[in-house]
Amino acid sequence: MTAAVFFGCAFIAFGPALALYIFTIATEPLRVIFLIIGAFFWLVSLLFSSLFWFMARTITDNKDGPIQKYLLILGVLVSVLIQEMFRFMYYKLLKKASEGLKSINPDETAPSMRLLAYVSGLGFGIMSGVFAFVNTLSDSLGPGTVGIHGDSPQFFLNSAFMTLVIILLHVFWGIIFFDGCEKKKWSALLVVLLTHLLVSALTFISPHYGINLVSTYIIMVLMGIWAFFVAGGSCRSLKFCLLCQDKDFLLFNQRSR
Amino acid sequence: MIFPSRDFKVLSGFSSDLEARGVLCSPEPGTPQGRAMLTFMASDSEEEVCDERTSLMSAESPPPRCCQEARQGLEDGENAAQWRSQDSEEDLDDADRYVCSGVPGQPLGLEEELTLKYGAKHVIMLFVPVTLCMIVVVATIKSVRFYTEKNGQLIYTPFTEDTPSVGQRLLNSVLNTLIMISVIVAMTIFLVVLYKYRCYKFIHGWLIMSSLMLLFLFTYIYLGEVLKTYNVAMDYPTLFLTVWNFGAVGMVCIHWKGPLVLQQAYLIMISALMALVFIKYLPEWSAWVILGAISVYDLVAVLCPKGPLRMLVETAQERNEPIFPALIYSSAMVWTVGMAKLDPSSQGALQLPYDPEMEDSYDSFGEPSYPEVFEPPLPGSPEGELEEEEERGVKLGLGDFIFYSVLVGKAAATGSGDWNTTLACFVAILIGLCLTLLLLAVFKKALPALPISITFGLIFYFSTDNLVRPFMDTLASHQLYI
Repeated sequence: MTAAVFFGCAFIAFGPALALYIFTIATEPLRVIFLIIGAFFWLVSLLFSSLFWFMARTITDNKDGPIQKYLLILGVLVSVLIQEMFRFMYYKLLKKASEGLKSINPDETAPSMRLLAYVSGLGFGIMSGVFAFVNTLSDSLGPGTVGIHGDSPQFFLNSAFMTLVIILLHVFWGIIFFDGCEKKKWSALLVVLLTHLLVSALTFISPHYGINLVSTYIIMVLMGIWAFFVAGGSCRSLKFCLLCQDKDFLLFNQRSR
Repeated sequence: MIFPSRDFKVLSGFSSDLEARGVLCSPEPGTPQGRAMLTFMASDSEEEVCDERTSLMSAESPPPRCCQEARQGLEDGENAAQWRSQDSEEDLDDADRYVCSGVPGQPLGLEEELTLKYGAKHVIMLFVPVTLCMIVVVATIKSVRFYTEKNGQLIYTPFTEDTPSVGQRLLNSVLNTLIMISVIVAMTIFLVVLYKYRCYKFIHGWLIMSSLMLLFLFTYIYLGEVLKTYNVAMDYPTLFLTVWNFGAVGMVCIHWKGPLVLQQAYLIMISALMALVFIKYLPEWSAWVILGAISVYDLVAVLCPKGPLRMLVETAQERNEPIFPALIYSSAMVWTVGMAKLDPSSQGALQLPYDPEMEDSYDSFGEPSYPEVFEPPLPGSPEGELEEEEERGVKLGLGDFIFYSVLVGKAAATGSGDWNTTLACFVAILIGLCLTLLLLAVFKKALPALPISITFGLIFYFSTDNLVRPFMDTLASHQLYI
């Protein structure tokens, strides 16, 4: 509950996302706009999920007891569904916008769908991570003792790592999802939805952070590898990139290598 | 007021050359042909001959400053109490809330392409200052307790909200709003009258008075409160020096000449100060109702044929008058194209000394595509004194900054320490701004900048505070992630 915890957890949770933003998105105004629109779509999906949960609670008259826990679980699952629905809607919007931009500006290259997939995934991820973690983070600046009632003293650290993995997962899901929509591979969409449900469901066993976090990270690594191959990477290009021999493979606007 | 500025600045002799290249704006009714429109990027004194006419002003260069200054004048005449000036400032910005667009006389295809090509850049050029202003306001609200304490109300909101019943409170807030809005309407009409009768000195005087008050008095109070919060001692000589330097440089930058970045920074700071004063002195429910009512008024005043702001705009257009830069945030970029032999003697000396600075400061945005839009100069261009500069930038009225920041600041102040509400309002306002600029590109005429953003902001504030917050709190306490 000191500044060290605050800054440490903040950078654990948001460091990679900030780095991705600074190096890939902040330079291009159009990408920033698409990122913010993506964040907005996630926000609207959250609004609808909260509305659903709120209505469910009012219907059951706010009785305390196990029913509240079940309602919460239902709320979480419905929220995941609504998020993926809004991801699909964002895909549709981007498709229309791309076509519009192309018809008006035939010479100027509009951002490709893959890039938009990455940007939208990052938008969803950043908004999701921020909403999940920022209140906890601001509480960590104040006085208090963590785990005084027998909870885990690693509460902040675990939340930070969980937030990080959620952000990265959203990025990968975005890439896979959009690619599935482009190639009409509906199985990809289904897998994204199922893994999202799985990750959320894993958090239900929440006091046992170890299993929760480790399995979520494994899922993230798998999703990451899939997204890498979906986005056009290959073992060869990875090797060239790591050995800094990839001049021939770089895109036009990355010739600085 | 938002308007993208797309001036093509040409020395009068060479307009025909450029017209041949399809680059110069062809004359439009109301725009004198071959007029050298020098746009000053940095703050300029009003005595400049070359105006800051942004070429789209077939539309709208509302001289909101006139409104505001007039109002200030009136209020200053009544009382010198500190919270008056904030009202005058509020009125100031009131007239600023336009979104103007349209380039008079450019060939349509080129204009559309240019609109869309540079549209994203304009949006970001607005996002950054709006975000900065909001960050300053939210940071202050969250740390300095002075601005969330209730210490009285403005004279324009006389009805108290400490009433026993909800209905009474609602009634009081509506009455407060009615009073505030009618004051604003009266001031605007007074301003239109003043402007029609060309009382410029009057207007300038009031503008300077109000900037003085903002830059010195409000800064002093703000600094005092920040020092109190962090328990830092500062002796009076140091304080005097600091405030004096800050205020004096601010006055020079805003009303006269100064580096563009510094002017922008000062405008952001005074908008933040105004917004903080509003957040402090407007009672809760009144603030929300006022925000809603201001958006409606903005919509009506800009779009209705007999709206005062529209009439103001048309009068300004008829006279081809410059817009006072002190109340407009200008994010201009200057690209010197062609045989850019900068010859200071051939132009007004104001513009050029700042060109390198501006080009430097916007180098980082350098899009390689910009120079390619324009052909290399024709061989027929004589003397190497041809200088064609294109200013691409956006101008946003300070009123927009202020009301956006009031909304986000109120969300930060009144929530139960909830950051989610603040962030949701922030994103909503940015999206509203995006949509407004999109509409601007589509309709190409004066549009008010407040309604869409404020509507989104209000919707998201109330829904996040009442629906999302309990959901996220419950999730966070059980450590569930969606």
